[in-house]
Amino acid sequence: MAIIETKDLTYTYPGATTPSIQDVSVTINKGDFVILTGPSGCGKTTLCRTFNGLVPHFYNGTLEGEITVSGLKVADHKIHELARHVGLVFQNPENQLFALSVEKDVAFGLENSAMPRDEMRKRVDWALQMAGISELSERPPHELSGGQQQRVAIASVLSMQPDIMVLDEPTSFLDPVGAEKIFKVINELNKKLGITIILVEHRLDLAAKYANKVIVMNEGTVALTGTPREIFTSEKARLIGVGIPKATKLYQHLKRQGVTLKTVPVTTEETANLLLEMLNHD
Amino acid sequence: MIEVKDLHFSYPTGLEALKGINLTVEDGEFLAIMGQNGAGKTTLVKHFNGLLKPTTGEVLVNGTSTQQISVAKLARNVGFVFQNPDHQLFSESVEDEIVFALKNFGFEGETIKKQVDWALNLLDIEQYRKTSPFMLSGGERKRVALASILAWDPQVIVMDEPTIGQDHQQKEKLQQFIIQLNAQKKTVVVVTHDVEFVAECNPHVILMSQGKILVSGKAEKVLTNPQLVAQASIVPPQITQIFLRLADLGLPTDVIDVHEATKILLEHLRRRK
Repeated sequence: MAIIETKDLTYTYPGATTPSIQDVSVTINKGDFVILTGPSGCGKTTLCRTFNGLVPHFYNGTLEGEITVSGLKVADHKIHELARHVGLVFQNPENQLFALSVEKDVAFGLENSAMPRDEMRKRVDWALQMAGISELSERPPHELSGGQQQRVAIASVLSMQPDIMVLDEPTSFLDPVGAEKIFKVINELNKKLGITIILVEHRLDLAAKYANKVIVMNEGTVALTGTPREIFTSEKARLIGVGIPKATKLYQHLKRQGVTLKTVPVTTEETANLLLEMLNHD
Repeated sequence: MIEVKDLHFSYPTGLEALKGINLTVEDGEFLAIMGQNGAGKTTLVKHFNGLLKPTTGEVLVNGTSTQQISVAKLARNVGFVFQNPDHQLFSESVEDEIVFALKNFGFEGETIKKQVDWALNLLDIEQYRKTSPFMLSGGERKRVALASILAWDPQVIVMDEPTIGQDHQQKEKLQQFIIQLNAQKKTVVVVTHDVEFVAECNPHVILMSQGKILVSGKAEKVLTNPQLVAQASIVPPQITQIFLRLADLGLPTDVIDVHEATKILLEHLRRRK
């Protein structure tokens, strides 16, 4: 079932002469884990801004075509209505956190929606637990590590129980082990709670194993859509400049030398297993 | 040359961020500093241009202690590109941003013009000459910050997380660009979490953890040691991860490069036939 559907969506920022996105038609289904990628300035962020109505309601400008999110036509609904369905997590958690304790930060959105105290307590505890930071609830966010802060930001968005979470390079400030933990949390939200995930990411090697769909944008349009496997072997994706993971590159280099593995791997585990299988059989 | 001798540093809050660092960065060296969030990487490199001064121990730049020389003077030799470009940018246009430092260092007329053109072109931001840096994307602002420092041609360039927000093609350009700077005998110091980026550049690497240096060596030696890498909260490059799983076949595990990996596998296949 489609949870986000756009049809010939074109948007031009106020004062701009060319549209930032043009004739974008995408369907994202409930429960999808989507990686949205493409060169800087290709329109990824603008497209994400249409999902919660920041475009056009906050940025103004001209929006043409259609977009429906969680059954709501974006053009007819205000940002705060759409925000109940779509949560945003930014690259740098410092830009998102402001309260004096973790739980206050997580409760902020709920307070604004005038939720009764008991229910709010339950919801905050649940969100902290899902993000794996229950023990940090009393701590001031600004004293936490970058990875912990990003999990607070995720819990804050999660507490609103959105249908869809949009995460814009959520791990780029984190060390690789911290990044891996964040991707695991996001993956659990997707697999256990069925939250639709839209991950804006340049580093496909980190997230490829969790995603079922990749959308590649280029110059304001959707250039390619497919599974990670399809995208990583696509010549067009390479030409656009999508970073192919080394696990897949090794497959391609071997193939060029006449050694073809049984399938196209997208993770290091898959590549290693395919190589072991081949080398043990010889 | 930068020499760090038994450097300890505590923030006014009492947090001891560096606990006895000894390190020499030779002229023309390419060094990557890696390690977990909060390990002290940024605190360490802020000592290289005197932004921070040692609590005990000392840091010498070209033989002079950073205690005895102003940040302004040090900056002529050691250019620093911050992690967050917004901590650095303030001018109304990209061009003004680059001109500012050049004027401060006493450059004039034609030289300024030449250096500005060169830097804009080098970082592929010529089209934004008259644009406010704050209208640009994060990745573009980062390149403006880098251009403004390269323009005055410092001997040492320190970059804190240069690949954040850069797409794949820009990252490849940045990589070629750093290698080119290094070939021109510039000293390049990069603080980064980006393991694949380091694997492709193959610089000298130090891993830090909790205010100390865990290990120092070539990328292909350091990043392929699973225990050390785990201690520094990083993960080995993808190619290494694959070869660690193939260790039982008697293949080497200190492989970080996809071309070398291909060669080793082909050779292995040939020998078995």
